[in-house]
Amino acid sequence: MPRPVRLLRNLQAKLAMAPMIAVALVLFLGGPIWTLLHSFTDSRLLPRLRWVGLDQYERLWASRKWLVSIENLALYGICSLVGTLVLGFVLAALLDRKIRFENTFRTILLYPVALSFIVTGLIWQWLLNPELGIPGVMRGLGWGAFDPLNDPSLVMYGLGVAGLWQGTGLIMCIMLAGLRGIDDNIWNAARVDGVGVVKTYLSIIVPMMRPVFATALVLITSGIVKLYDLVVAMTSGGPGISSEVPAKYVMDAMFGGQNLGQGFAAATMMLVPVVVIVVPWTYLAFGRRKRG
Amino acid sequence: MKTILRALLCGAMTMGAAHAQDGVKLEVMHWWTSGGEAAAVRKLADGINGRTAHSWVDSAIAGGVDIARPVIISRIIGGSPPTAFQFNPGRQALELIEAGLLLDLTDVAKAQRWAEIVNPPSLLEACTVDGRVYCAPVNIHSWNWMWLSGPAYEAAGLAMPADWTGFLNSVPALRKAGITPLAMGGQAWQQAGLFNSGIAIAIAGPEAWLSVMRDRNADVVRGEDYGRAFQAYAEARTLSDGTGVQDWNQATRAVMTGRAAAQFMGDWAQAEFALAGKTAGVDYGCLPGLGLRPYLQTGGDAFFFPKQGNPAVEAAQKEMAALMLSPEVQVSFNSAKRSLPVRGDVDLTTVNECTRQGLDLLAKGRTLPSTVQLISADTNTQLNDLLTEFWNTPSMTAGDVQERYARIIADAR
Repeated sequence: MPRPVRLLRNLQAKLAMAPMIAVALVLFLGGPIWTLLHSFTDSRLLPRLRWVGLDQYERLWASRKWLVSIENLALYGICSLVGTLVLGFVLAALLDRKIRFENTFRTILLYPVALSFIVTGLIWQWLLNPELGIPGVMRGLGWGAFDPLNDPSLVMYGLGVAGLWQGTGLIMCIMLAGLRGIDDNIWNAARVDGVGVVKTYLSIIVPMMRPVFATALVLITSGIVKLYDLVVAMTSGGPGISSEVPAKYVMDAMFGGQNLGQGFAAATMMLVPVVVIVVPWTYLAFGRRKRG
Repeated sequence: MKTILRALLCGAMTMGAAHAQDGVKLEVMHWWTSGGEAAAVRKLADGINGRTAHSWVDSAIAGGVDIARPVIISRIIGGSPPTAFQFNPGRQALELIEAGLLLDLTDVAKAQRWAEIVNPPSLLEACTVDGRVYCAPVNIHSWNWMWLSGPAYEAAGLAMPADWTGFLNSVPALRKAGITPLAMGGQAWQQAGLFNSGIAIAIAGPEAWLSVMRDRNADVVRGEDYGRAFQAYAEARTLSDGTGVQDWNQATRAVMTGRAAAQFMGDWAQAEFALAGKTAGVDYGCLPGLGLRPYLQTGGDAFFFPKQGNPAVEAAQKEMAALMLSPEVQVSFNSAKRSLPVRGDVDLTTVNECTRQGLDLLAKGRTLPSTVQLISADTNTQLNDLLTEFWNTPSMTAGDVQERYARIIADAR
């Protein structure tokens, strides 16, 4: 008896999946490949295949605006990653201590997630306004004047605060779900052994919540890389170019500067860290169970 | 109710007209959505609806040029182009023309004698590629105006200065009175405009400016005249501390209230003064070209007509193009928009002292093309990025910015 051809096993299921696979391939592979290809051309307003080699990349890495964008993204990324994870986990742990009005607090903390980045940006633009907002109040209390959104050295922190305010709620919810999934017996065992609450969290609960942290990390990282609308709403890259970010560089080059090739080159560079770091790491973090 | 009825009637009429008189629905895309702009567009629409068998279908895109441009371009490339669209003439549309996507209007231009009536000629030149005309200019906007605040100079006990030098001399007195000398919004194009359209023309001179912007001569940028211009620009950036606003119209408001003494902004700022009921010459003053070299930079808007492959539609498009330059439409449209008409042989209904100065310069031919007519959007973006970085980085010297400016000009295509 001939061995069944592997490709034809579950033929119906495979046929049913075919359109989905095709769409995924075109969108997730086709798009980046098309972009990569055109980043080696001198496409301006319209995409065209006239090759210029690495010219677009040379110009990109010689551009002060792009370098500032990368620095800004790194700064925002580190602040946002650490801040969101720590704050999200602490808030979730506090809510998990069986406090009163848990639902109310959860709603309040989760509320900013429902707002778009544009709205968040406007709210924080007002809150950080030197005359109306928090800086005004602080000046009124005699704490000296500061104007985060118009100060090149502070502006990324101003953006970071707004990003934290918006992003922490969702991470808190994910963490809370993870905490709720921990068996009560573990807590009881820890208590019997006389382990303190903080130590229980740090050395027992956190390691057990590994997949939850992985999910949170992927969500936060993707949010960082695509940071764009918050900047547009709050500072539009200013003062000067001191709050530019890579995604905005891409948009500016493509639509403001009518230079698709330059935009594609920048977009490709944005894809590189995702492909090199995030994808393999996610594969490791989520794919572990299958092999075990 | 009335509007619904009118819309229904309109619809019914156009449907009827389509059969009876070969009327065409003209879908027009543009980004004129603010109060004054929308009123001006209505004048164009009235012109089409009232004088031709065709009907205007308004397709406005809110959010300004950066939002509208990609939408319009994707419609054209995607194969369902609008009948007409607003665009800045010049380098930005060049690729669409080269790709053969836009209708050639040369026969309309010949029949209507555009070459004779359009003043300044640079507007028509911006629409012309290889001797063929591809767009219909509708108005003139000029960038290089300095607006002075009547209340601020009154508070400082000074008369309004007559030029940039006089303005610089008045700075100490203004500071003493607690007035910000120069209002400047936080957006890059405003800060870059002060140099590219203001200081560079007024201090380095129109010839040097043209050889940089038109002929891409980087040596001129590195030269002495431009060196003085960059010095002046470096001096100017210290004058705007404390404006603390983003949008140009907020900066204009600071000038109106006397919180700031001057602003460098295009003639569209005058619509703000007019809206607030201010009088030119009393409440505010104006210096075209910073007063040093009164030249008018004549940019403006134009309409382009994508190819449709339908002779009836093409005829309607050409009819529309001709109508947009007719004296009646020019007057009603430009009076509403507070821009200048593209033909020198018509009179506007409302002319104040500042508009009069602009018209005089036009009549004398003291005009220059606008920056975007000469350099590509790509180069423009690079210059904006550089100049806004300079404006906000006190440690960056005039020499730094001069060299980097020269390199961008040398690489410009």
